[in-house]
Amino acid sequence: MHTGIESPRGVWWKPAHKAEKVWVVLAFAWCMVLFAMMPLWHWKGGQNPSGIRARVEPDAFRARTEEFIATYRVGEEENGIPIVEPPPGGDVYLMGQMWLWTPSLRLQKDAEYTLHLSSVDVNHGFSLYPLNINFQVVPGYDYGLRVTPTEAGDFRIVCNEFCGVGHHVMVGRVEVIDPAAATGRDEDGDKGAGELTLNAPAEREGGDR
Amino acid sequence: MKGGFRICPTTSLRVHRQADALIKANAVVATVSLLIGGITGLLVLLTRWQAVHLLDAAMFYRVLTIHGMSMLIFFIIFFEMAVLYFAGPVLLNSRVPAPRLGWSMFGLMVLGAVMVEWTMWTGRADVLFTSYVPLRAHPLFYLGVILFAVGTLITVAVFFGSLVVAKREKTYEGSVPLVTYGAIAAAIIAVITLLHGAAIYIPTFFWSIGIGNVDPQVYRMVWWGLGHSSQQINVAAMVAVWYLLGALTVGSVVINEKISRTAFVLYILFISMASAHHLLVDPGMGPTWKVVNTSYFMYMAVLASMIHGFTVPAGIEVGQRVRGLTKGMFEWLRRAPWGDPGFSALVFSVIIFGFVGGITGVTFGTEQINIIAHNTLRIPGHFHATVVAGTALAFMGVTYYVIPLIFRKKVAFWPLAKIQPYVFAFGMLIFSVAMTFAGTFGIPRRHWDMSFSDALFDVQFSPAANLVVTVMALGGLIAALGGAIYILVTVWSVFLGQPMEGDATYVDARSS
Repeated sequence: MHTGIESPRGVWWKPAHKAEKVWVVLAFAWCMVLFAMMPLWHWKGGQNPSGIRARVEPDAFRARTEEFIATYRVGEEENGIPIVEPPPGGDVYLMGQMWLWTPSLRLQKDAEYTLHLSSVDVNHGFSLYPLNINFQVVPGYDYGLRVTPTEAGDFRIVCNEFCGVGHHVMVGRVEVIDPAAATGRDEDGDKGAGELTLNAPAEREGGDR
Repeated sequence: MKGGFRICPTTSLRVHRQADALIKANAVVATVSLLIGGITGLLVLLTRWQAVHLLDAAMFYRVLTIHGMSMLIFFIIFFEMAVLYFAGPVLLNSRVPAPRLGWSMFGLMVLGAVMVEWTMWTGRADVLFTSYVPLRAHPLFYLGVILFAVGTLITVAVFFGSLVVAKREKTYEGSVPLVTYGAIAAAIIAVITLLHGAAIYIPTFFWSIGIGNVDPQVYRMVWWGLGHSSQQINVAAMVAVWYLLGALTVGSVVINEKISRTAFVLYILFISMASAHHLLVDPGMGPTWKVVNTSYFMYMAVLASMIHGFTVPAGIEVGQRVRGLTKGMFEWLRRAPWGDPGFSALVFSVIIFGFVGGITGVTFGTEQINIIAHNTLRIPGHFHATVVAGTALAFMGVTYYVIPLIFRKKVAFWPLAKIQPYVFAFGMLIFSVAMTFAGTFGIPRRHWDMSFSDALFDVQFSPAANLVVTVMALGGLIAALGGAIYILVTVWSVFLGQPMEGDATYVDARSS
């Protein structure tokens, strides 16, 4: 018997006590359960952060976003930010820059979109509130996510990656409308706790576009 | 350079004069860094506590940068250099090889730290701890980090040299002690970490003076090879300190060298790949890369911590039983030295690191859960439980032994020292748990204003979120009080304290 500050003499590669063996086996088994769950849930869970990945020059992404805004813009600006209502099933572009999210989006409930995120300056963080869904937005990379809004409501996009001294004012808006109940739409927005499903684009690796 | 050895009257170890001096120097600079990091941490807390909201936005991000660098880099690494000089030369009864090199590298580390602190305090590096490119800091910020890293790397080499010298001069018999083995693991991880650091900070330095370019995603990947692996140095060093504190406080035994040492090897093998969990919601990597790195590789490092989480308490129990505390199931625990701050710090460090820090960390390392945790307050909630309540608290505990054994001073204000780990651990526990819960509401980390009063669109967190943030602030204040007691006790003991009795003269090895 010796302490951790004394040198063990002779051969110390000895069989472990039974209690210790049991613990190591249990701990290892538990780690294997966790290990198995990760790929399993990737296939079965349907909510993955991997997305459709591609490189994009910041200027090119800005041009795509501007074209997207020009094509699908609806009516008025809000706080200087254009509102865009893209057709269901289409590509949606959201550009992060110091310290704005452009444009504001109006999406339809239960329609699938491909949401493209990128930045034209520094890292930003896409954080959809109040759902608390978070993605890193990195300049030079187009992050495509298949999304299906499952609940109507008025959502916010909070920037949650430090992007300079105006970081805390960087908030964008996503509105999800229910075409079935379109008559009762309220612009002031009831911020009901909606739900947004991210469908797994796991089969589509980067480089396929 | 003066040499010679003294015999420690408590442990009978032969302590080299230069080992003493280098441990003291590194520990003093570590404590100064802790003071800077502590004051800035308090300012961060008082700003995020929306009821006080102390600093303006620019100052908040600046102070947050200083808090991160001073704590995670300077306090922790200077302390770890002291741990290396203890675990190498002192525990092996050996001399410090190349003491001149050791001192010049200490000087280089201080120089690098001063450069970084200067750029941060003067507003030339408002880029936060991670300094994600293309946020740009003053070139001296990156150069300071590089010099600090070079100094650290060569100090680690001096530590490896001390192992060779001790072996060759036969200053110990058998294998190195387990604590030294753990320190070797920490030192190897430090080399891996610092190579990642060189790979990213050198190109970034050139980019900052206008030469070349650094891809933002590549920066994030390689930087986390530094940023996360450096936390693994902390884990390995902390576990080594757990075994050290167990030995010093209750004479805890190593129940099986094979198991404990294999667990340290697992840290070395698997930890760099586990850094990938910081990139789970990044655009640059595919699902296979993310799943392989964060599940298989990370869980093998988790296994190592699970093993130490068993062997450290088991070693304490067996050690206590060997000393006659055999009544019933729990006499060994009931009659443990709860008034010894080294022991209470050890116990709280193990418990909070494992149950709060470990569980939250493993959870967030899951591909899907990371979507709801990334960059929210859940993340700092997790790492304050690991690196503060775990590593920093263990280091605080061992300080109460460094003061009498190395500084040869009595610990001042003993009644305060006795309660310090309780105050700090209690505060940190409330702080990190409340912070984790606050993150579940989606409150972002690194954010000046959760009321969003100047933002384009309103964001209203639920009143419950504000309540949780208030609890977090109160926990943080209690922890800050514990930190202040620690600084008072250590600074007073070292500079104004009573010397220990007993002979501490150094005798040259050749004449003894």
